[in-house]
Amino acid sequence: MASKERFEMPWQYNFPPFFTLQPNLDTRKLQLEAWSALILKYFRSHRLHIIDVNEAQSSPLFHNVSLNRKLSTETIQLILEELRRTGHLEWMDKQKRRGWILWRSVDDWAKLLYRWAIDNGMSNTVCTLYDLLHGHDTADEEFHNMDQDLMQRALKALELQKKAEVISMDGNIGVKFF
Amino acid sequence: MIWVDDNDQSCSMRLHLSLVVLIEEQRHGAGNSPKIMLHLAPPRPSAISVQVSSASHLKFSFRKGGMVEFSRRLTDQIARKRWQNFGGPQNSAGQSGFRIGIAGIERKLQTEQKGVNQQISHAFEDLNSLMKAAKDTVALSKILVTKVKNRQGEITDDETTQLKSYLLSLGVDDPVTREASRSDNIYFQKLAKEISANLTIPLKESGGLMTLTDVYCRVNRARGLELVSPEDVLRACRLMKAMRLPTELKIFESGVIALELRDFSETVVIKKTQEALEVSPLTADMLAKTLGVSVILAKEMLLLAEKQGVACRDESIEGLKFYPNRFLST
Repeated sequence: MASKERFEMPWQYNFPPFFTLQPNLDTRKLQLEAWSALILKYFRSHRLHIIDVNEAQSSPLFHNVSLNRKLSTETIQLILEELRRTGHLEWMDKQKRRGWILWRSVDDWAKLLYRWAIDNGMSNTVCTLYDLLHGHDTADEEFHNMDQDLMQRALKALELQKKAEVISMDGNIGVKFF
Repeated sequence: MIWVDDNDQSCSMRLHLSLVVLIEEQRHGAGNSPKIMLHLAPPRPSAISVQVSSASHLKFSFRKGGMVEFSRRLTDQIARKRWQNFGGPQNSAGQSGFRIGIAGIERKLQTEQKGVNQQISHAFEDLNSLMKAAKDTVALSKILVTKVKNRQGEITDDETTQLKSYLLSLGVDDPVTREASRSDNIYFQKLAKEISANLTIPLKESGGLMTLTDVYCRVNRARGLELVSPEDVLRACRLMKAMRLPTELKIFESGVIALELRDFSETVVIKKTQEALEVSPLTADMLAKTLGVSVILAKEMLLLAEKQGVACRDESIEGLKFYPNRFLST
């Protein structure tokens, strides 16, 4: 996970009890909230969208090397479930091994894409999904290089609102904004 | 139990059931017939010319079954101790002259048993006199205390306190006993008072809290010879609250039972723990050292603090450590 901007870990990250699931329910609630906020902030700052439970422990996010503390997989799952409950995570598989971290909701992504299209005079033109994702024009946008499936879901949402149409062309996917 | 040779009726073998220490049944394993093992006490020296086996155990093998029945009868007979009933008539018979054979040996055993009984009661007499002596010592110490008090001017305060503490460590001078109390209830009330009175100061010294195990040891050490059972201590301590004594029983959620000073309430415990945690994160061991309480109690204090949201835990390979709860305070 290469850092795109300087990310500062919150104070909790250097507080050893942060890495132990707290048995006191009041304390645990605050602990899980702090973790949720940290994950969302971290993913946003690093422009990450997908979490893999199996690989999570090796991320510096869940493993503080200087403290020699690591969050257990069970606790990570508990936090992810909390994120799902608050609408910030959607599982990609039934086994709950991989999921999208929605530091922006699908609807918000849709709005963002639509505004970009309108602002850049792309309405009634067809752009390829590749251009939207990796094109020069979107380099400064938050959706640049985002997960392709997630973007397609945002476009689907726009389609439902009759603001866009997804077109399949020779195996490539294009989109037309209205 | 008597064995007789089928061919030669004059040849016999016998086992006195009083020698049986333990009956052990060995269920049959693969290819083995069931067995009964009798563990025997060493035979007493016999005056009569009978060959005595020195074997320490005896094994019966039941090739054709019947073990259960045999075992039941044998146990029954041993439990009845019929040989004791023979004591009377045999003794008189013995006086009239020699009697050889089983009765003779039994009589001999009887006399020996009597001797042993006498020895035991002698031993107890010794204990009794020791207890009397202890009472005298206590009385003497009382006299000493009065003398010390009267001569206070001549002896420095330091010496007085020292001597007093020596005398105090001699223990409770008049321990409450069940025998001396009119009813169990009164006995437990008195015992509760005694424990409370004797442990208030040690409790203050050890941070206001002491496990019941420690209480039990201290109480009995102070009592010296008139020991009380753990159950009695527990029952007495249960009464303390209702009697409004300065100490009372505290049962932690984990089941740990402790004696605490009444003014040593939960809030005080939590405050103390919190203060200690503010200095540095602590394991139960470290808190025990800081506050001078036992490790078990230190752990309970930390768990209580955690439950109240004052502390939070850090579990790692280094062990369980507690921190001030910064989740809540920040």
